[in-house]
Amino acid sequence: MWKWFHQLASPPHFYRIAEILSPWLAIPGLVLIAYGLWQGLFVVPMDYQQGDAFRIIYVHVPAAYLSLMAYMIMATAGAVGLIWRIKLAHAVAAAAAPIGAAFTFLALATGSIWGRPMWGTWWEWGDPRMMSELILLFLYFGYMALRGAIDDTAKADKASAVLALVGIVNVVIVHFSVEWWSSLHQGQTVFKKGTMDAEMRIPLLIMLIGFTLLFGSMLLRRIRTEVLYRERRTRWVREMILATGDGT
Amino acid sequence: MDGFAMGDYGAYVWSCVALTFVIVVFSDWRARLRHKRVYRDIEVRLKALEDRE
Repeated sequence: MWKWFHQLASPPHFYRIAEILSPWLAIPGLVLIAYGLWQGLFVVPMDYQQGDAFRIIYVHVPAAYLSLMAYMIMATAGAVGLIWRIKLAHAVAAAAAPIGAAFTFLALATGSIWGRPMWGTWWEWGDPRMMSELILLFLYFGYMALRGAIDDTAKADKASAVLALVGIVNVVIVHFSVEWWSSLHQGQTVFKKGTMDAEMRIPLLIMLIGFTLLFGSMLLRRIRTEVLYRERRTRWVREMILATGDGT
Repeated sequence: MDGFAMGDYGAYVWSCVALTFVIVVFSDWRARLRHKRVYRDIEVRLKALEDRE
């Protein structure tokens, strides 16, 4: 077990494993997304209150869920890098940030578009869920800006890991905001019994699994780039590039 | 066509789907581009080193 773990943490080994794994996550992910989207947009009956506008849930919820998951991966990887000084962990954290930012932006944008016909407004400054999600986006931007501002990779890793760990507080707030405060946003739906009919829930779960697999593939690809950049002066990278001439 | 119209909400629903598609594709394209750039930079550096040797 430990031998496998240590092997996986080795940059050249991970670089090769990620190359093999990435399409194996992307293909089933895309198939599930296509199927889930088809079900969600055309097969599932419309909601009795929201009509067809509720179908936005099939892209909004996966985006919101991944915005939090990416942050947790980023912060956990940062903590692992800080505590055990595993170089690969910092590469994982750095790779997760832009994907997390993209999905956070998507969650905010689709939520705003959904809010217009349902709440009569694109944005509500007093809503705790919207505001905490917006802060999450700023945390991602701050994390990436901090990384970009420090030339020394080791120092950038440490500083950004601390920032990511502090930001976990906001992830907790995003998650529980709809329970702690009065909010325009609806409460927990997906995993709560009696809130959603199975006919609507199953395509949503398919979308969540599909998006998670796609996210995994995107993350692996970005980690490969991060590893390649960090290891650019090492022997294995030199040998790989000279031997293959094509490692893209 | 009724299925695409989504009642009166077609513009909202389809813009969300389109935005999701654009962001996923853009993010993936950016990642591929950066990988190619990093790879090319290393290649150029190695070639320069070889020439010097």
